[in-house]
Amino acid sequence: MPSRFRLAYAAAVTLAAAAAAVAVAALALRAVGASPWATFGVILTGPLQDLFGVSEVLVRAVPLTLVGLGIAISFRSGILNIGAEGQMQVGILCGTAVALALPALPRPLLLPLCLAAGAAGGAAWGGIAGLLRARLDVNEILSTVMLNYIAAQLYTFLLRGPMIDPAELMTGSGTPQSMRLPRSAWLDRLVPGTRIHAGLYLALALAALVWVLLWRTTLGFRMRAAGAGPRAARYAGIPVERSLVGAMLFAGGFAGLAGAVEVAGVHHRAIEAISSGYGFAGIVVALFGGLHPAGIVPAAAFFGLLLFGADMTQRSAGVPANMVLVLQGVVILAIVSAKMYLNNPYAQERAARLLRRLGVRIGAVAPAGESDSAAEEAGP
Amino acid sequence: MPGTAALPPIRELVLEEITKRFPGVLACDRVSLTVRRGEALALVGENGAGKSTLMNILAGLYQPDGGRILVDGAPVRFRSPADAFARGIGMVHQNFMLVPSMTVAENVALGLRTLQRGLRLDLREARRRVAEVSAHHELPVNPDAHVWQLSVGEQQRVELVKTLCLGARLLILDEPTSALTPQETDDLLERLKRMTAELSVVFISHKLNEVKALSDRVTILRHGAVVFSGETANHSTRELAALMTGHEVEVARNQGGGAAGRPILEVRGLRVRGDRGHLALDGLDLEVRAGEILGLAGVSGNGQRELAGALAGLRPAEAGSIRLDGEEIAGATPRRIIARGMGYIPEDRHHEGIVPAFTVKENLVLKDFAAARFSRGGLLRLGEIDRNASGLRERFDIRCASTGTAAGALSGGNIQKVILARELARGPKALVAVYPTRGVDMGASEFVHAQLLALRAREAGILLVSEELEEIMNLSDRIAVIYRGRILEVMPAREATRERLGLLMAGVAHA
Repeated sequence: MPSRFRLAYAAAVTLAAAAAAVAVAALALRAVGASPWATFGVILTGPLQDLFGVSEVLVRAVPLTLVGLGIAISFRSGILNIGAEGQMQVGILCGTAVALALPALPRPLLLPLCLAAGAAGGAAWGGIAGLLRARLDVNEILSTVMLNYIAAQLYTFLLRGPMIDPAELMTGSGTPQSMRLPRSAWLDRLVPGTRIHAGLYLALALAALVWVLLWRTTLGFRMRAAGAGPRAARYAGIPVERSLVGAMLFAGGFAGLAGAVEVAGVHHRAIEAISSGYGFAGIVVALFGGLHPAGIVPAAAFFGLLLFGADMTQRSAGVPANMVLVLQGVVILAIVSAKMYLNNPYAQERAARLLRRLGVRIGAVAPAGESDSAAEEAGP
Repeated sequence: MPGTAALPPIRELVLEEITKRFPGVLACDRVSLTVRRGEALALVGENGAGKSTLMNILAGLYQPDGGRILVDGAPVRFRSPADAFARGIGMVHQNFMLVPSMTVAENVALGLRTLQRGLRLDLREARRRVAEVSAHHELPVNPDAHVWQLSVGEQQRVELVKTLCLGARLLILDEPTSALTPQETDDLLERLKRMTAELSVVFISHKLNEVKALSDRVTILRHGAVVFSGETANHSTRELAALMTGHEVEVARNQGGGAAGRPILEVRGLRVRGDRGHLALDGLDLEVRAGEILGLAGVSGNGQRELAGALAGLRPAEAGSIRLDGEEIAGATPRRIIARGMGYIPEDRHHEGIVPAFTVKENLVLKDFAAARFSRGGLLRLGEIDRNASGLRERFDIRCASTGTAAGALSGGNIQKVILARELARGPKALVAVYPTRGVDMGASEFVHAQLLALRAREAGILLVSEELEEIMNLSDRIAVIYRGRILEVMPAREATRERLGLLMAGVAHA
């Protein structure tokens, strides 16, 4: 098949997938009584109409990028980590605890320490699943999902009990949240009047670092080899189990860092539902971005747009914000199906055949004259 | 046979000027051939010559871009394998198309639409047909056996029975012997020979002794075009080999000489468990000396896989010792064994020998990427990795679009060259080569043999595990025969004969 046909095929599949996603989403919106076109319009353009909107999109893109980077490392290393949500919550707890425990430390020490504690907490939580897989061959999808439940309960328990802001107990309102972090543990706000913070630079820098890690270092080579071909990696002397644990430490660390950054940059205290599904959306971001940092950063921005746009639709179009979860699901299905068709040569062949039967001329059915010289050369 | 009795045999099948293009490749270039009733046609050619593409067209999997197919003089169009089956053409693929968790009868029923009525599946009828076909063609299979329990040879018979049950009267066999032991191969050829009494067979192969044994006529493809067609009996294997490769084939042979040196690999009392927990090696002793090739002959499944795994550190040894150049390596990690100078060409080259998704150049440094030559301070030296790859690509004649191509996209022979290049470039003291030429074409296997002999000349000790007696006899200095996890006998290669080795492989000691 000529490359022109293959390009057209890829374009057609992509367009068809996008159209299908739009159609299904439109049906779902209709079902809740909203106008699909107005909703799409609000989601995709609403946030971009002023500086505040753009900043809010970026605020959401930061944790999505960080989680997505960790997911990319773990998926590429052959471990399907679904536990970013739990790892992020543990990261929030650890970062908050360290910042509250050492309020007297100067800023250049406290802020890094707070972020490092978040990363370490997430890494430890992820490491549990890694160790279970490496030592006992426990399926990591199961273990990470279960660890999510445990983390969620731990989070609620600590915020309602030991870590609750004493002021909440005194006033008796009892909102489950920690004390406010000392100012020396806050990330700088970049633009006055918005919530966009220095975590943005951190996310971009780490995206570049992850690229270096995966494709330019021996450690990355080891992890990718263990992920892409575990038997061959073992054969070549790569300790595959150790690499799995390492990958989970990285993945958990990134998720935990995302949590700590969210506290230090946006909320300045641990409150309920900070993670708000970033841990799951990050998986989608990583897959949407092709498990590559250069894809993950724009994918995170796009999903940040979807998330904030969905918030806006609640106000301006009367659509429940939870509908964005439906849209996310639809987008994932469309991506997965499109990939199936793009990678399947038989489907491509069938499409070519169908077109030919419909009388469309494709380069493949070239006139016989073209191959004359080759035939003569090979003749007896 | 009920159901199939109505279908008359195919008197004549003609392919006329079949042309098929893939992106950048002309896979079949106006190929014509004819198969008559009761005839076995061998379709011969190197990997990538277009044999499989041509047969996939005939079996309805691909559509030709040009040319036509005639059955008994009438042009036909196959849009799917079902269309081809309806005309009595059935294909047995190189990689069996069976569902391992189902029984033989269930696998047959999968393809028989007539047995599927709504949600009901007439398994009794399927079982009856399997029994009937297997009795008629002397292909013993147990309809109630689960496919995963069967040996490769038995699975092959199941494929044949399945294809026949579906009503095939022209059988296409794509390299049917590539995974079989010598005994299973002889057995299969025998059965096929008998079956040609009522069926036609198209037999794809590049093993010319099998072509000579089975076929009446032979058609040779090279680069997608027919270069030769004729009666098999009138041409020697040597002639056919030259036609197939396009040049005279030199059989690599160990000329002896170069007295074997110190022991490089010493195995004493080795006990290793297989995947099912049984003792696959039970007190195995073996010695390979520097500058010799020790051929390990045996029917596969007698402990070869476990021995190779234990030598490479990939399988734990329960007891016994393995010394590599005097140093104990039993129980050491693969990394340490590699560092001590062990080379290993594994049996499963697609999944163990390479990381298929990695590029050729990455695979070429799979064992050495962390060495000082290819990395500094934990950072890969990409320039050096590139240079290494282009050097080895040249030296080992690895045919790939670029060294940035995914290794999994290469042909089997070229994948083997990548592995060979990586292992030999490391200058190993000892090399374990497991079925190094299984399923690779003649040109590539000639190359592999020459490289093994060159490594021998550089004083390495080589353990060559193979089922091909010819390969073992041509290359080895000494030959050991493995049977049920032990070495039955070791003899100098010049004292070995096919008959003697064959008996030993069957477990008959003191032959």
